[in-house]
Amino acid sequence: MSLLSTHKLKKIFNGVSAVNGVSLSFEPGKITSVIGPNGCGKTTMINLITGMMPFDDGNITIGEHTKIDNMPAYDVATYGITRTFQQPRLFEQMTVLDNILVVLTERNVFKSLFERHDKYHIDIAEKILRRVDIFEKKDNLAVNLSYGQRKLLEIARVIAMGERTDGESHILFFDEPFAGLFPEMVKLVSSILKELRDEGKAVVLVEHNMDLIRELSDHVYVLDAGEHLAEGTAKDVFSNRGVIEAYLGD
Amino acid sequence: MDYVIHLLILIGIFSILGLSLNLVVGYTGLLSITQAAFYGIGAYTTAILMRALGMNFFLSMLIGIVATIVISSIIGTVLSKFKDDYYALGSFGFNIIIYSVMLNWQGLTRGPLGLPGIGRPELFGLILSENGAFLILVIILTVFVFLLSQAITRSSFGRVLMAIREDEKVIQVFGYRTHSYKLLIFIVSAGMASIAGSLFASYITFIDPSSFVLMESIFILAIIILGGLANNKGAVLGAIIMILLPEALRFVGFPTEIAAQMRQVVYGVLLIILMIYRPQGVMGNYKL
Repeated sequence: MSLLSTHKLKKIFNGVSAVNGVSLSFEPGKITSVIGPNGCGKTTMINLITGMMPFDDGNITIGEHTKIDNMPAYDVATYGITRTFQQPRLFEQMTVLDNILVVLTERNVFKSLFERHDKYHIDIAEKILRRVDIFEKKDNLAVNLSYGQRKLLEIARVIAMGERTDGESHILFFDEPFAGLFPEMVKLVSSILKELRDEGKAVVLVEHNMDLIRELSDHVYVLDAGEHLAEGTAKDVFSNRGVIEAYLGD
Repeated sequence: MDYVIHLLILIGIFSILGLSLNLVVGYTGLLSITQAAFYGIGAYTTAILMRALGMNFFLSMLIGIVATIVISSIIGTVLSKFKDDYYALGSFGFNIIIYSVMLNWQGLTRGPLGLPGIGRPELFGLILSENGAFLILVIILTVFVFLLSQAITRSSFGRVLMAIREDEKVIQVFGYRTHSYKLLIFIVSAGMASIAGSLFASYITFIDPSSFVLMESIFILAIIILGGLANNKGAVLGAIIMILLPEALRFVGFPTEIAAQMRQVVYGVLLIILMIYRPQGVMGNYKL
């Protein structure tokens, strides 16, 4: 059963369809990849699903019945949906540790006034930073991290969302998490994605690297020019003629 | 000695203003240029209630805070929809509106004539007419506001404020209703500024609208930019520098006819130098 599905989602920018009737479905305990040429609407899909951008038509459903159409981002988050950003959007003038802590703490305005970052939160945050191998940077400002470290901190925030005690996230979108990473880091991130999958999360991967798609994906969707082009296992879609044409041109 | 006490009282009042504005500008990144309006509402509420009803200073201060909270929640609701430059311009407009009200609602404020003869605080039959005693009150309230600011900025709430400052859209994705945070900190900040206003009215015993003009808001902004954005100690340091600097400049020996203008020039030059070499201020943790 799918954890999250979109039904004929549509988004029009100035008369151009960025997403045109796309229906996708994401299952727990699986890595679902969304691929396609640049500008095919992958990131736009994530923006629509996470509530960062309103859409023009279609539905987004959590579980079987719960509709979250055009809900503001902070409400979408309460349904356990979270994401990374292709171009890292960190809290730059805050420490690496604070970047994680802010994800873990109380969401209620008044309760948060009386909450201090106690040892409990710090322990979780430090564990996550060790897992993505940027623990020794914890007291640095995010603005001083290298590009690869920034990508890792993006991933760490999503892991943190998954570890929240009140309402953990279980639908995780990774928007090109491997871009710009050293080979060692690529191995680390792909093992993290597998672990998250094995924990039962619905992992959604937007990626260009075909070897990684083959290695990681349980199911692949191919988008082209805002439309659903193909789907199936990695092996199926990469032998699909339409997909090859979309990537290589006619 | 009286001169030193006078300066310390002013430093206390402007520390409260700096601390209050730092919560909004330094921590939350909302460039609010309207702090003098809330400062003025506090001052006028105290002045009017003490003059017209002979009310106790402390009660009038509390009513001033309540009045400021009500007004700032209306303004804050509107401002919370804005960000960046639009926020600055909106807040700017609000300061002008409040100033106009003070100037033109003659029945209540006596307009440009101002309100003279405001009393000093009275506590258990003890009137703090001595400046030394008044200074103790100022110190107590400044410490209170400082500790409150520390408690807020060190809480989880404070960390969310900084995240809003860094990227509001992203912190929404992580599940925070940012407009509630922006509104609440704006109201808290306004309430603090109102305390400073009550102290000022009672200390000087005379107020008129000229103390609450837009320039005053910019002066308070300069305090925190100089002392340090997103640092509570920095706000106090900024107040100390901005109050003592003109006093120090007195002894530089500018000819009397241009002394006042020269002080403005020195202020301006100092701010420019700071923006070039240390944009986060002396003790700051955040660059605009």
